[in-house]
Amino acid sequence: MSILTAHQVTKRFGGLTAVSQLDLNIPERSICSVIGPNGAGKTTFFNCITGFYRPEEGQITFDGHSLVGLSPDRITRLGIARTYQNIRLFANLTAIENILVGLHPHLKSGMVGSIFHTPRNRREEAEAHAEARRLLRFVGLTGKGDLLARNLPYGDQRRLEIARALASKPKLLLLDEPTAGMNPRETADMTAFIRRLRDELDITILLIEHQMRVVMGISEQVSVLDYGEKIAEGTPVQIQNNPQVIEAYLGRGSASA
Amino acid sequence: MKKEIEFRSRNAIRVGLVGGATALLIALVGMVEAFADRYIITGVISMGQVLLFSSAFVVGYYAAGRTTSDGWQRRVWNAALAGLAAGAVLAGLVLLMETVDLRPVLVNASPALLEILTFGLDTLPGIVLLLVVNAVVAALACLMVLLPARARRTVMTGLGIVILGGLLQDILRLALAGLPPVATALAWMFAVAGQTGLSVAGATVLFAVVAGGNYWWADTGPRFRGRLRELPPQSQRNVRLGSWALVAVSLLVLPALIGTYLSDVADTVGIFMLLGLGLNIVVGFAGLLDLGYVAFFGIGAYAMGVLTTTSGQIVFAPQLTFWQALPIAVAVSILAGIVLGIPVLKTRGDYLAIVTLGFGEIIRILALSDWLKPYLGGSQGIVAVAKPTVGNVVISTPQGFYYLIMIGCVIAAFIAIRLKDSRIGRSWMGVREDEDVAQAMGITLTNTKLMAFATGAALAGLSGAIFASKVGSIYPHSLTLLISINALAIVIVGGMGSVPGVVVGALALAGLPELLREFAEFRLWVFGAVLVAMMLLRPEGLVPEATRRRELHEEEILGQLEPIVEAEPVSTAAADTTS
Repeated sequence: MSILTAHQVTKRFGGLTAVSQLDLNIPERSICSVIGPNGAGKTTFFNCITGFYRPEEGQITFDGHSLVGLSPDRITRLGIARTYQNIRLFANLTAIENILVGLHPHLKSGMVGSIFHTPRNRREEAEAHAEARRLLRFVGLTGKGDLLARNLPYGDQRRLEIARALASKPKLLLLDEPTAGMNPRETADMTAFIRRLRDELDITILLIEHQMRVVMGISEQVSVLDYGEKIAEGTPVQIQNNPQVIEAYLGRGSASA
Repeated sequence: MKKEIEFRSRNAIRVGLVGGATALLIALVGMVEAFADRYIITGVISMGQVLLFSSAFVVGYYAAGRTTSDGWQRRVWNAALAGLAAGAVLAGLVLLMETVDLRPVLVNASPALLEILTFGLDTLPGIVLLLVVNAVVAALACLMVLLPARARRTVMTGLGIVILGGLLQDILRLALAGLPPVATALAWMFAVAGQTGLSVAGATVLFAVVAGGNYWWADTGPRFRGRLRELPPQSQRNVRLGSWALVAVSLLVLPALIGTYLSDVADTVGIFMLLGLGLNIVVGFAGLLDLGYVAFFGIGAYAMGVLTTTSGQIVFAPQLTFWQALPIAVAVSILAGIVLGIPVLKTRGDYLAIVTLGFGEIIRILALSDWLKPYLGGSQGIVAVAKPTVGNVVISTPQGFYYLIMIGCVIAAFIAIRLKDSRIGRSWMGVREDEDVAQAMGITLTNTKLMAFATGAALAGLSGAIFASKVGSIYPHSLTLLISINALAIVIVGGMGSVPGVVVGALALAGLPELLREFAEFRLWVFGAVLVAMMLLRPEGLVPEATRRRELHEEEILGQLEPIVEAEPVSTAAADTTS
């Protein structure tokens, strides 16, 4: 059963077609990867799913809802969360505040409740703080919650970004190059962590990744984009032996050589 | 401090020349002469001299501080050299003034200035003395650098307070006239018949008391604070409550002590504080740069005017009381905030600033227009705006309004603090930090921004309504761009997003110009210089936004939430099921 279905999605920027008639099915509780050379349209496709861009053609369906034309906040409320290729934390807020912002869709307190600290508001805030601390623990940042996000080391920032995304209790998590800039050891940790997200929290994961070790290690389905088009799809083993993929990555002639 | 570059004599001279240029400017704008008879310490040193030689002090301090070599001789040499260079610039002015009459071009290059610069001596001895004094002042500054930190702080604080005391004597006397023992002490300190400034004995005592107090507090303070921290939480809470009570009481008795004039100043500060608190929500919390904030101030003021005026000069005048009109005025402002908010939601940053700037002008021009003249009075504005009444008492004095404004400020600060630390406040800060990501976190930008605009507009409307009632009238020309700029400056100087910062910023920006009345026609000049200095020295604001501790001080958070400790098991249970 697919949780996310993209059908004939096309996104153009002026004359440039960044994503072209893309079809994609993401099975529920799977870990899927989108790979492809730089400029292949991977992040653009992410932006189409999350509502940052509106595709010119095609349909994206998530959990029975059509996503095209919805604003990013509506899409988040449906259960999709994401991280960014270049980390985009709220730099001047503390780690725990970042997570609390992520909890936003699940809190209800309004102006009056917040000003007068009504019992309901107090309970909600206490629960939100407890949940935020739990998420900090889950991503291994216990004790660093009161540091400003911009002062955290790089690896911790990546983890915090995931914690913030998890705060919205997503069914589908989009990770845009989660191991970019990490050393092999950190990469291995992150890979294990991503698997834990799926196994323990039942979250479907779609990731963009360049490190083949990560992609081939954890993906159940790999889709390859090149110039906005999907050129291949399958299990890691199938992809590794696909001549078209090798050509896209290494250039013409390599496949036969 | 960076120590890679050796600070040589050449650098010292260069620094000195910059200082000299500053002193030259101060002399040529006329400040030295204007304050020559305005004594800091009677018969010893005048404000003019302080101004003239302060740059030698500063360059000496700087040069000595930058000198990297270990020996003290090198530091003294560099400092003196810098002072000498500063003096040389002034000496150059003296020579120039002796040979050419500069007055046709530079009005202030007068014989009186020449006499001050040469200490009333002939040219040559005068110049020598000028150079020597500059070098000595700079060397004294170097002495400050060489002193151990604690002694330096002691001496500098003492000197600073003496100069400040001499500078602000009129305000001080006025402010403390209500406290008889203090007033007597002040009268003694300033007692030289017919002369301005501290007496020598007064200055000595003031210096001794301040420096001594500072020296004593330097190690008592931390020890005291340490002991406070060791107290059980309950007592700590009592201490905190006690100090708040002390602040509250002194705020309550303040107007009785400081008299009508300073109460009026306090009212102005309070009205700007309200504006600052509101704008801080829009700019500081939500990051929406609003340059037309005066619009909401104007709408609140005009609403109060229209609803309560008894002048009979406008068509629609329901003649409500102040208290009936106040909530309507605030509501109208909120409505205006939302109406403005809707079209500008899509604009960001600089564009938003320009659009709001336009909105502010539109409101002023509408108020001025002939079209709305029957309703708003055109350029004649609205007069006979009602004063608030409490029981049978009509509040009309500055002291009375002080309390009204203070209550307004307390409510506004309370709202700001509570909102900041709430779901709404966090979504505002998310929008401020990164609008796109905030939206992707499920924050609905429209609602969030409109709420910020509406809350900010409510406080500005409140401020405007009180202003109209206090002044008793409202005119279009009261709604200048300068009010928006001032409110913004309060937020920036205080520290963006910081509520205590707004309080301090309002005191500094709305209060300082009043204190600087001593500088007479140089008031704005000095005000500008102080602003530049503040932003250079503390670009993050006087009281920057504090990062709240939320994770590690959980007992504090739970402490505030005592009644719902039962809720804890619920959340841990929830945690268990998910992890």
